[in-house]
Amino acid sequence: MAAFAEADTDRTPALLLAPALTAITLLMVIPACFIVVYSFWLRTGTGAEQVGFYLKNWEEVLTDPFYRDILLQTFKIAGISTIVCALLGYIPAYFVAYTRFRHKSFLLLLIMLPFWISYIIRTMSWINILGTSGAVNAVLLWLGVIDHPLDMLYNQTTVVLGLVHYLLPFMILNIYVSLDGIDRSLTDAAQSLGCTGWQAFREVTLPLSLPGLAAGSLLCFVLGSGTYITPMILGGPTDAMFANLVYEAIVTQLNWPLGSALSLVLLILLGGLVAVYTRYLGIDQIARSFR
Amino acid sequence: MSAARAGIRRATGGWVWIRTVTVLVYAFMFAPIVAVMLLAFNPSQFGSFPMHGFSLRWFLALWHDDAIMRAFRTSLMLGAMTSVISTTLGVLASLAMVRYDFPGKRTASTVLLAPILVPEVVLAVSLLLFLRFLSVPKSFGLLLLGHVIFTLPFVVLVVQARLVAIRREYEEAALSLGANPIQTFFAVTLPLMLPAVLAGMLFSFTISFDDITGTLFWKPGGVETVPTQIFAMLRNSISPEINALGTVMVIVTVAVPLLGVAIARRLAARLRGR
Repeated sequence: MAAFAEADTDRTPALLLAPALTAITLLMVIPACFIVVYSFWLRTGTGAEQVGFYLKNWEEVLTDPFYRDILLQTFKIAGISTIVCALLGYIPAYFVAYTRFRHKSFLLLLIMLPFWISYIIRTMSWINILGTSGAVNAVLLWLGVIDHPLDMLYNQTTVVLGLVHYLLPFMILNIYVSLDGIDRSLTDAAQSLGCTGWQAFREVTLPLSLPGLAAGSLLCFVLGSGTYITPMILGGPTDAMFANLVYEAIVTQLNWPLGSALSLVLLILLGGLVAVYTRYLGIDQIARSFR
Repeated sequence: MSAARAGIRRATGGWVWIRTVTVLVYAFMFAPIVAVMLLAFNPSQFGSFPMHGFSLRWFLALWHDDAIMRAFRTSLMLGAMTSVISTTLGVLASLAMVRYDFPGKRTASTVLLAPILVPEVVLAVSLLLFLRFLSVPKSFGLLLLGHVIFTLPFVVLVVQARLVAIRREYEEAALSLGANPIQTFFAVTLPLMLPAVLAGMLFSFTISFDDITGTLFWKPGGVETVPTQIFAMLRNSISPEINALGTVMVIVTVAVPLLGVAIARRLAARLRGR
């Protein structure tokens, strides 16, 4: 190995990694193990915790249809958002990857730009568009199409809309990265062998871009399933998602053992999904979009 | 790009369609944000379309609002401290990952990325409850620890990507000319790494400055960051003041990285010029 390795054979990487790995262990790994223990404790009527091994939280979380229904609703909202992101995101990714436009890097910069704009601002911005005094209603009233402003906000559709708006850049970026990595001579070869442009896309480009589509979909689904801000800002009272239950239990009710059990359900389901993905496709695909 | 393919592409007319959809999707991504920024300048009390003129009164209102200025200071302080700590940890770890081969490297890589593989809500709950258990109350310190752990993987990803590009011959030259490893690090490696370090700092600053998911769990009562302040203000209804605050935030989190990119480019150009 190089310079440093010769000077200080084996200890250097360990020393360099020590601060970061210690921080992650102390602030994430151990706390995550701790909430497993915590989820078996009980919250008594007085609000104090009762230390012990009680299955009541888990029984409640796993058998109460209330939690099951919200979990299903969460996956439905996140799933629909992911599919819409894939449909909306593929074409711009393709355009940016293949365009001969001189300012291609500007188009790429625009894809990165939403990452720098706060999630809460992007979410609340829809109130200006769809609210009763928002842009859409203002235009429709002005055109005389309607007499009274329409109620378009605070339902499941607006939650999906908000999530799509939040997640779309992740999808576009991931698809772009995988399209950009495709050897251009492959499509040329396909076409010189008689494929039409569309056939070449279907047989060559699309299959080769699937890893990016998969990475983008995973990110969108996992990020979408774990949010509680979008339903709070753009959803109605019945549009809660699973993370809202966690927020409710921890921050509002201070029922920490129950909140722990609920968080673990989310961790097991979404963490499991990420684990399966990395097992078969590797984490590199997602990491690649940072290069 | 081959002439044949371009020809087919144009002949099918599909490209026009692809370009149109792309423009529409970009419009979808940016129209709401443009609306926020436009309405921030609307003098009307109710902050809605149509615009009734152009005024800076809502920005002035922000300036005179103590709660908002406090939130701003908290966010800036938190973002700056997060970016220094997170980048220090991240740069050291990235050096190990890029420059060395060692047993357990794959595991180390997974652990470094773990905080973004776990849902942020779960990260927030576990850290909060663990520190509660250790009798550490909610505090600015907890907020800082949370932001460090959450931004660290992003720093590692960004810095690693930049470090890979630095050629090792420079360091080897310095060492063979008699510099010791520490001298080499400060005289050669660090200046070459500066753009990577800067990128890591800016990235962690904006992520910290923008974060709300974890922050709502970690923040002590009475302390607000800009995003949680906006969240609290939204409870009432959307107001022109929120749009003005949103505009200031967009400017901070977009202008700061752009400025950083410009500085990094200049630094890189100067280093190449030597």
